[in-house]
Amino acid sequence: MIKQVLAWVDNRTGLGRFTEAFLFQNIPGGSRWRYVWGTLLLYMFLLQAITGFFLWTAYSPSTQTAWESIHYVQHEMVGGWILRGLHHFGAQAFVVVLVLHLLQMVIYGVYRAPREVNFWLVLGLLPLAIAMSATGWLLPYDQHGFWASRVPIGIMGVTPVLGPWLQKVAMGGSSFGHHTLTHFLALHAGLLPLCVALVIGAHYYLTRKHGFADVSKDCACPDEKYFPAQFLKDAAACLAVFIVLLAFVVVPALQHPNLAPGVHLGAPADPSEQYSAARPEWFMLFLFQFLKYFPGGTEVWGAMVIPGFIGTIVALMPFVAKWKHGHRFNVLFIGTLLLAAITLGRIAVNEDNKDETYLTAKAQAVVAGERIRQLTTERGIPPSGAAALLRDDPYTQGPKLFAKNCASCHRFDGHDGTGHHPLTTWTVRQGETWETVAEFRFMKPEQLRDLNKDLSTRALKTGDNLTVPVRPWAPDLKGFGSREWIAGLLDPAQVDGAHYYGGTKFKDGKMSKWVKKNATPEKAEDLKKVIAALSAEAKLKSQIGADKADAELIKQGRALMTGDLACTDCHSFGKKDPDATAPDLTAYGSRGWITRFISNPSHPDFYGKRNDRMQSFADKQILDAKQIGLLADWLRGEWYVPPKSVAK
Amino acid sequence: MQKNPAAPAAASPPAARRDFLKQGCAACLGLAAVGTPAAIGTRVFLDPLTRQTTAESFVKVTTLDTLPEDGTPVQYPVLADRRDAWTKFSQVPIGAVFLQRQSKDKLLALSVVCPHAGCFVDYEEDKQSFLCPCHNSLFLKDGGLKDQDSPSPRPLDTLEVQVRNRNEVWVRFQDFQLGIKEKKPVA
Repeated sequence: MIKQVLAWVDNRTGLGRFTEAFLFQNIPGGSRWRYVWGTLLLYMFLLQAITGFFLWTAYSPSTQTAWESIHYVQHEMVGGWILRGLHHFGAQAFVVVLVLHLLQMVIYGVYRAPREVNFWLVLGLLPLAIAMSATGWLLPYDQHGFWASRVPIGIMGVTPVLGPWLQKVAMGGSSFGHHTLTHFLALHAGLLPLCVALVIGAHYYLTRKHGFADVSKDCACPDEKYFPAQFLKDAAACLAVFIVLLAFVVVPALQHPNLAPGVHLGAPADPSEQYSAARPEWFMLFLFQFLKYFPGGTEVWGAMVIPGFIGTIVALMPFVAKWKHGHRFNVLFIGTLLLAAITLGRIAVNEDNKDETYLTAKAQAVVAGERIRQLTTERGIPPSGAAALLRDDPYTQGPKLFAKNCASCHRFDGHDGTGHHPLTTWTVRQGETWETVAEFRFMKPEQLRDLNKDLSTRALKTGDNLTVPVRPWAPDLKGFGSREWIAGLLDPAQVDGAHYYGGTKFKDGKMSKWVKKNATPEKAEDLKKVIAALSAEAKLKSQIGADKADAELIKQGRALMTGDLACTDCHSFGKKDPDATAPDLTAYGSRGWITRFISNPSHPDFYGKRNDRMQSFADKQILDAKQIGLLADWLRGEWYVPPKSVAK
Repeated sequence: MQKNPAAPAAASPPAARRDFLKQGCAACLGLAAVGTPAAIGTRVFLDPLTRQTTAESFVKVTTLDTLPEDGTPVQYPVLADRRDAWTKFSQVPIGAVFLQRQSKDKLLALSVVCPHAGCFVDYEEDKQSFLCPCHNSLFLKDGGLKDQDSPSPRPLDTLEVQVRNRNEVWVRFQDFQLGIKEKKPVA
């Protein structure tokens, strides 16, 4: 019965005969590992098609949803990170297999007649694979993909004559937007895979048409059928590659169980936030490095003419091989190319590993990626997209705002908010010594000598150039309003030091004098109460527990401030004192107090006319209300913290 | 097509002509059937080419007070309303600009986009120059090329800048074509 059905199908379609010819093709000299490449290439394509299809089912190409949908795949959907990881590494494996296959074809001379077309097909896959990779990189629309994609698009623009038009068509407009994503997706998931499938299909067909290539003359190996002998080897090779890819995805996740698993997904693309670590895929690094050697205006040579010329030589290899030593030349040529590419790639990696900008950007990308995950996991993403979440996040924006607007005078835990310790060059003036320079910059002479190792063994001369930290002109604001911070301010040893008034004109001011005179060990108990009372004004979330527990202490402290310790001689506290000459202590360090202070420190409630040099950030429109709010929240250490289960 | 069995064998030259006509018609009809939808599709696809971007007008970037007196360039995001295909974004970052004082009232606005391949340049305080993190193009503080072998074909692009109402800094934000020697706005 079954036989009859099969015979009927074969009679009407020819399918049976085709399958038989395909599966049971004779392999002269038997099966070989060397023959697996064609199948492996087909398999890599299938793997990409399968994983890609399922990614596609969950992907939404628009600037407000692309990153968000991939984020959802990666962090929310079961197995999503494995799917994306396989697709990510599969893309790279495709290129590796392709290059090795090409290499093997040249070395074994498989490009010779009648297999020229077959060779060209494999060669043609190379630009197709690169195009697949270049279009695929943008799709997650994270910072890395966004900035890395700008470069090939930019290079596209230098194409003679057509450049600007090509660029505009590719981007779907004059800048990156929705249509860049829809275009790239249509290319990446539609047109390009169709081309690749046709080329691989043709390659596979031709391989079978011409038969398996090299019949060894001196080998008495018996012939074998394709199935099962070669099929077994093919299948084993495919599975081996798959297992390696799976390991690439899963092993890092096992090694770092405290991090979110899967290939890194950076922060969502933001056209105004430079990402300085944008690099192409590792297998394109050689071209990236190569382009560095082309001075302005000549990059069309580096990006198009020279690669095109080299490609042509490789394409002509089947004909070159006909000459005496032609085959040797080919092998030597392709070997040299590979070696040159590897060398260039290594130079690029080495340069990056020494490049501080690159390394910092890379490290910050990891932090931003982790932060956006925290922000979104529990609360979801608003319709305006995830980039807006980061823009409104004090934890992300605070350090940047501080570094840009405050760090020219203030410090945060000794740095500029972002962890960077600003340095500058100081030209030594007459009479200055290691000690005086160090003292002015609130450091020990040994520390200064460490910064200037080449000069450290001798005395300073006028005109020497020293590397020095930028002098802080205002207090260090880490923990502002907290008990520790206020305790330091009320410590005679610290009040006129670098952390507090040391750099300001209040160094020898009234407050400083008061602290030195009154903050004596005998009054330690009273001061403790005052510190608790003043700090409670800030209503810091981190001190809620302590403020509650010490309610009695705080009450006594408040009494001391208006009473025995007489803070209210100069400050307002509780009620407005029109004669107050020092900053209002009511709600000191609270969000409202800080925002009003940053807005206008010269307001009579604060320093009034005695303000040292701090700008009125709101009145002069240097910062807007939102930015000042972000700064205040960040200084107070208040930002969204996900519940423990999410943060892991 | 039906063959006319009565057609005389002697009429062979006209038959050849008829065949040629038939072949030509078949090709034309086929081409028209496939080509027309393809042409319509292509026209839609090429829509961005003929879409005129509205001429960029001046955007308020910051205030004079924020600019350091010593002339150090500072990067500012440029916020503006932006239309991306179907979405109208209001006041989103559309790019960034470096502003610096050249004298008390004279401002210089430089695009942050490296004219080579479009990465954003960074200002390096210690070197007093702009460095592109992608292919290491180096620019002077005024945007000029630091050396002739720089991958960038031209200096950083200057942008028109105006001070309005005494204190507001307005910049005419524009994109320029990358990779060419002359500074040409993106159409």
